[in-house]
Amino acid sequence: MRQFFIFVRKEFLHIFRDGRSVLILLLMPVVQIILFGFALTNEVKNVKVAIMDPSRDAATTMITERLTAGEYFRPYKMITTEQQADALLRGGEVSLILNYSERFREKLMHQGSARLGLTADGTDPNMASSIILYASSIIRSAELDIAGKNLHSGGVAIPNVRLLYNPQMKSSYNFVPGVMGLILMLICAMMTSISIVREKETGTMEVLLVSPVRPLFLILSKVVPYFVLSVVNLTTILLLSVFLLGVPVTGSLFWLVILSLVFIFVSLSMGLLISSIASTQVAAMLISGLVLMMPVMLLSGMIYPISNMPDILQVIAQFIPAKWYIEAVRKLMIQGLPLNSVVTELSVLVAMAAIYLTASLRSFRDRLQ
Amino acid sequence: MNNNSGENMKPVIFVENLTKVFGKFTAVNSISFEVNKGEIFGFLGANGAGKTTAMKMLCGLLKPTSGRGSVAGFDITREPERVKANIGYMSQRFSLYDDLRVWENFRLFGGIYGLKEREISQTTERMLHELGFTQERNTMVKSLPAGWKQKLAFSVAIIHNPGIVFLDEPTGGVDPKARRQFWELIYDAAERGITIFVTTHYMDEAEYCSRVSIMKDGAIDALDTPANLKLKYGAKSMDEVFYQLANSKR
Repeated sequence: MRQFFIFVRKEFLHIFRDGRSVLILLLMPVVQIILFGFALTNEVKNVKVAIMDPSRDAATTMITERLTAGEYFRPYKMITTEQQADALLRGGEVSLILNYSERFREKLMHQGSARLGLTADGTDPNMASSIILYASSIIRSAELDIAGKNLHSGGVAIPNVRLLYNPQMKSSYNFVPGVMGLILMLICAMMTSISIVREKETGTMEVLLVSPVRPLFLILSKVVPYFVLSVVNLTTILLLSVFLLGVPVTGSLFWLVILSLVFIFVSLSMGLLISSIASTQVAAMLISGLVLMMPVMLLSGMIYPISNMPDILQVIAQFIPAKWYIEAVRKLMIQGLPLNSVVTELSVLVAMAAIYLTASLRSFRDRLQ
Repeated sequence: MNNNSGENMKPVIFVENLTKVFGKFTAVNSISFEVNKGEIFGFLGANGAGKTTAMKMLCGLLKPTSGRGSVAGFDITREPERVKANIGYMSQRFSLYDDLRVWENFRLFGGIYGLKEREISQTTERMLHELGFTQERNTMVKSLPAGWKQKLAFSVAIIHNPGIVFLDEPTGGVDPKARRQFWELIYDAAERGITIFVTTHYMDEAEYCSRVSIMKDGAIDALDTPANLKLKYGAKSMDEVFYQLANSKR
């Protein structure tokens, strides 16, 4: 047992002697949370609108006021011609053009409908559709208030849209579980594999293998420091998301932590497996990048919903641990569902941990023969 | 470990018909030899002759396909763990940790071999003193010159006072002066009763050995003292002996 502690101490020394990697390891979650939280957001906030209003009557004034009253839209300029609108949109000065028809109020009151155009900058389609969605729902409710029963709805039922669990459409609700999955996977798998492969590369592994150290201790001692670091990162992410981004932990914190620990185990054992395949640090990094990073980013449902993917990708996604983890975190943390709703995810993760761990220990032992 | 020189009866390494086969390839083909206590045994051979495989079997890293052997009194097939605990090992590539201080490397390897903290610090001080490195106690290993690192690695390899130490091309990439100094260390250790098993590509180093074996195609072609080998092959140096053997057809 003493040997084990000697090795754990050595691993911690390796990590802390390399100041740059400590900085990266501890700051990565902070940077990611802040980036995703404030820069890469799909939230509609302070969108600049140019308004073309030839009618200038009570109705258009009221609609414009309603639209720009909240924090979503900001009036940028009143314009009179299509050319102006085009120039503003092209120049990126505004993201939305609101275009009333002539004699707007009159048509609305007497014919029950009036034409109104919304033009958004479609270079970012996700953003554009959110903007249109927000603007139309505000305009719709304003029209209702103005025209009331006179409004001719064309026999189409107006859906009353409500977003459960995330009423403000905050994108942080979506990416916090994603970032958790990404960071834990990255630190555990990539760093563990690199640290083992480094010993192979520098030849120290050879010396250790000739020594009476038990291979199991050798491997476990590599895993312990990154486990500790992952727990620190998990805490950082949770604290930041609760206090900085205002994403609540609605469900049981206890089970969220347990779930995360299981996921950390899966990632660590994947790292061990990679280390037994790769023989250079560069290879370990590439394998981690290709096998872990890309699928986690693209196929885990972190960025794109899995249900919208082609069947084959949906099948592949089932084999990605992060997919199960992120799904379960969403349920536990955001939706506040009870434990029994994530039993499937939890068991899949436990099974994956067992399989990867067995495989990596076996491959390590085989290499010794 | 007591230095009873009357105990030379039992060889430190004893190998009989040791064979290792990988698939269809016979890396080591039924080699037999003995190494006595305090000997400096040179284990020579061209690259791919099977040196490394043979050495791995002796160190308990590889299981022999057939044949038997014992190292430091333990059977290499049945008790590889006991073998490992009783040998020292230093590899051709530098094998200390660059990002640890000199004394931390000693502490680590002392701990691996089960030495007590006090023993470790005493041995470390003594060894550093003997090497004249006392001032480098707290230096990071990466900032030391290659020759110094090699000497330190050797000291670390014998920190637990093993009966035998395996050196796998220990002087690769070191200048001639440092190589000479390194061999002085080897002689000191041998005088203290530590058996040295060394592989090398430098034929001048082969001259320093008590006995050398030369491997070719998995078998030992020659085994004797450097003087006898030179006599037998009518050569002026070990270099010539090596070339004659390497070019001979079997």
